[in-house]
Amino acid sequence: MTQAQIAAGTADDVGLVPRTGTNSGVTTADGTPLKVSLRRALRRQRLWAMLLVAPLLVFILVTFIVPVFNMALRGVENPQIHDIMPKTTAALGDWDGNGLPDEPVFAALVEDLKSGYKSKEIGKVATRLNYEVQGMRSAIMGSARQAARIKSGPYKDAMIDIDAVWGEPATWRVIKRESAPYTLSYLLAALDMGYDDDGSIVMQPESQRVYVPLFTRTLVMSATVTLFCILLGYPVAYLLANLPLRTSNLLMILVLLPFWTSLLVRTTTWIVLLQSQGVVNDLLVWLHLIDDEGRIQMIFNKTGTLVAMTHILLPFMILPLYSVMKTVPPSYMRAARSLGANPLVAFWRVYVPQTVNGIGAGSLLVFILSIGYFITPALVGGQSGQMISNMIAYHMQKSLNWGLAGALGVLLLALVLVLYSIYNKLIGIDKIKMG
Amino acid sequence: MSALPAYASTLDRIWHYGYRILCALIFVFLIGPILIIIPLSFNAEPYFTFTHEMLSFDPAGYSLRWYEDFLSNADWIAAIKNSFIVGIASTILATVLGTLAALGLSRPQMPFRGLIMSILISPMIVPLIISAAGMFFFYSSVNLAQTYLGVVLAHTALGIPFVVITVTATLSGFDHSLTRAASSLGASPSYSFFKVVLPLVTPGVISGALFAFITSFDEVVVVIFLSGVEQRTMPLQMWSGIREQISPTILAVATILVAMSVLLLTVLELLRRRNERLRGITG
Repeated sequence: MTQAQIAAGTADDVGLVPRTGTNSGVTTADGTPLKVSLRRALRRQRLWAMLLVAPLLVFILVTFIVPVFNMALRGVENPQIHDIMPKTTAALGDWDGNGLPDEPVFAALVEDLKSGYKSKEIGKVATRLNYEVQGMRSAIMGSARQAARIKSGPYKDAMIDIDAVWGEPATWRVIKRESAPYTLSYLLAALDMGYDDDGSIVMQPESQRVYVPLFTRTLVMSATVTLFCILLGYPVAYLLANLPLRTSNLLMILVLLPFWTSLLVRTTTWIVLLQSQGVVNDLLVWLHLIDDEGRIQMIFNKTGTLVAMTHILLPFMILPLYSVMKTVPPSYMRAARSLGANPLVAFWRVYVPQTVNGIGAGSLLVFILSIGYFITPALVGGQSGQMISNMIAYHMQKSLNWGLAGALGVLLLALVLVLYSIYNKLIGIDKIKMG
Repeated sequence: MSALPAYASTLDRIWHYGYRILCALIFVFLIGPILIIIPLSFNAEPYFTFTHEMLSFDPAGYSLRWYEDFLSNADWIAAIKNSFIVGIASTILATVLGTLAALGLSRPQMPFRGLIMSILISPMIVPLIISAAGMFFFYSSVNLAQTYLGVVLAHTALGIPFVVITVTATLSGFDHSLTRAASSLGASPSYSFFKVVLPLVTPGVISGALFAFITSFDEVVVVIFLSGVEQRTMPLQMWSGIREQISPTILAVATILVAMSVLLLTVLELLRRRNERLRGITG
């Protein structure tokens, strides 16, 4: 901004009356130098702008950013053993991890088990350790129940008597590792990794991997949806951009109406259409393309999710494509044709490169939206159409392994934020056109 | 593009019509599924497909029973009421806060514009399941889960990006010399705001508000996690309806919602035209 523009923008704020002072340069009516007045006015405007934004910023920080951050933190928080078994945690501090710990550690264990059993908190420790080693839940619960009867030492032998698991150094290594207030184990689990008996990080065996394949599936499905959206959206956007405005405005309604229709309605409608007793199957039977027994399973699987998601996200591809295509001058294509390019070459080498921006904007938008999809896969996805969001919901609501839900959330969030920053850099987030 | 020239070859003709047929099919894909539920919602039988009576246009094949079912069901009525309460409350909150912020953001003196903008837009970008889970934990810890206030605050946060984006977009085309002209003619800042700025940005504010309303009205993920029995909204009712046992009542509801979106689309289109007329763009 040049000095002149600033002056023009703030003249009314400073009450500018240019006149030549006796010793300094230009001053305002009350005698302050113009530079000072301008700076003051600028500061005041800046303050005003910040005051206008502040309420919303605070609102979003409190109602949204803090909760999301809190959720992400759950992916690394590990309070159970640290808080419920403080004595054991402290006693294990000096243990070097070789062989079995000494008697004081066992004494601390018995005390912690007793108090944990009394306060009924020990179940949380049992659940937490069960995530690390299968079967630890019953071992801890049983030990806690019986530890209440141990009156005096030596505790080491007594505990090993109760459950042989206490005689294994591996158990103690896990407890020591997970007694830290923060842990990597949820994040590792979310990447299908874990610790082996020696405490080094390894991949899970192929057959037990769940999350990496699910992430891959989510990415592949999102990419497929994006591709379908390009294939279906490009011709339509081209038509809309090249028709006379009156006609294209009319046809635009056909794009905008689905855009504005409830997501649940659009998902429902695909269930109605594609289910085995649905309209499409009925039509195929009626046309004798398939037998009544041979109805095609088109929904409650991956196909259903792909079709419904493409339908729902297609407007997000058409709208940015359309606005870019509107700016492409038609004369370039005609020039290419007149220079001897056949229509395909002219289209591919002259038209398409000018719409790459639109393809990029639409694709990123569709891809970002689809990797976080939850509702549609949950309703029409069946088993094979589930995505990572559905797994997060499962851990939130069914398995109640909130740490793992948090860790999966962190990974998904990281993925989305990376894509978002690319989008922001390439297109600018405030350039999203709506309606 | 609109018509074939006289010298078009056979190949040109095939391509021309083939392309149009392709586009027509894509339009059918876009709009067909939404239209097909409308006649199906008048089905006299509890099926999700056309019965013989319906196909032969026999009046006996059609009925309003699913609409009656919808209107006589206390759960659905309560859900509609909740949807409107939450939707209107969060729209007002989002519109007021979002418009103020957009006014600040569009001032050239605003510092950290990019950073603040991305924070304000983030509810639109973060996958809903993450927002919902985060809000569930946080709002539970401050006793806001399973309250109307909690759902309203959550929906406000989700609606805000739309208000901020539409209003800043309207303001980006705003000619600031108009306010200066008003000031130079003796208008006080507040007078020029209400008489000059506001009328020009109103279409943006209204379309932002409509976006915020529809966001709340259509939102289900956060409601699944945050709402108690009392705060069940229409999308949640639909969601559990579809998951548990889908009945054609859902189609009646869906038809009503489609009618609503047609209404909304019309309002937006009228606004867009008014905006263009005011800015002197005629189309």
